[in-house]
Amino acid sequence: MAEERRLDGNAIGGVMIELFGVEMTTVPGSCGNCGAHEQMAETDVYLDAPGIVVRCRHCQNVLIRIVRGNGRTWLDLSGLSSLELPL
Amino acid sequence: MAGTAVLGRLAWLVTEVTGALEETPRVRTLLLDAEGWPGHRPGQHLDVRLTAEDGYQAERSYSIASAPGEPLSITVERLEDGEVSPYLVDEAREGDGFEVRGPIGGYFVWEDDGRPVFLVGGGSGVVPLMAMIRSSPGSTPIRLLYSSRTLEDVIYREELDARAGHGLEVFHTLTREQPSGWTGYSRRIDNDLLREIAWPASDDPQVFVCGSTRFVDAAADGLVALGYDPLSIKTERFGATGG
Repeated sequence: MAEERRLDGNAIGGVMIELFGVEMTTVPGSCGNCGAHEQMAETDVYLDAPGIVVRCRHCQNVLIRIVRGNGRTWLDLSGLSSLELPL
Repeated sequence: MAGTAVLGRLAWLVTEVTGALEETPRVRTLLLDAEGWPGHRPGQHLDVRLTAEDGYQAERSYSIASAPGEPLSITVERLEDGEVSPYLVDEAREGDGFEVRGPIGGYFVWEDDGRPVFLVGGGSGVVPLMAMIRSSPGSTPIRLLYSSRTLEDVIYREELDARAGHGLEVFHTLTREQPSGWTGYSRRIDNDLLREIAWPASDDPQVFVCGSTRFVDAAADGLVALGYDPLSIKTERFGATGG
């Protein structure tokens, strides 16, 4: 059931550290569609999309897509307008 | 490799199973010895990676059950169609090895600041909450509302009974089947149940809710309806399939 497949950003904490090098669940990001500003933990995450799909909890806009395979990661951040990463 | 060094902040560590504890017929705790484990904070999780003989790899996330400073442990529920959990619950033996990386997560983490704590767990969602309970010095009041299907499905039942009273209050609800003489709650979490058990919003509690998506949404929505600030409610959802 689609509803039970909807997780949250905690589920990709490890993948996000792998990609960004820092703890990301507390990192705020802004939705490029509705402008909502939420920590990555408070996004809707689907792990079996195929690949990983991260959606805005407020407007369901796709924020991030992650596909891993063949020794590479393909990362699409086009749905985000910003991320506030710790220095 | 240079590239590996850059990502060394979250390296895969070779881990040995040093013990196992049957919690329920579907749930087992594994004690792990991960050389180089940097320590963790209560509420964090780790990733497990299994590698098959043909090189196929599967990764899953599991909440850490132990308090910081205790031997590292995870508690795992068997998901029938899972790739990783059936091995961890049914097959892994003392001396077996696999890989872990962590700790992971900074959002669903309890930092004791003396404010009362309200923990709401559904099924194996109790695991990260147990790490919080185990790490509590006892001076901060904690209430746990724990929903299970049957009494047999209650994880950590004896330990929770033993810890109750030392700053900890435990409220069970059994949603599917109750033993005769059951004095706890007997229904899914709803707003009335939350109202009876939760600290008043004016006490400014910290709240952690962990369980299935449906469970977490119901509990979080109910607490907001009771006047809780949504920003005070930390939520973590786990999948019912694929683990």
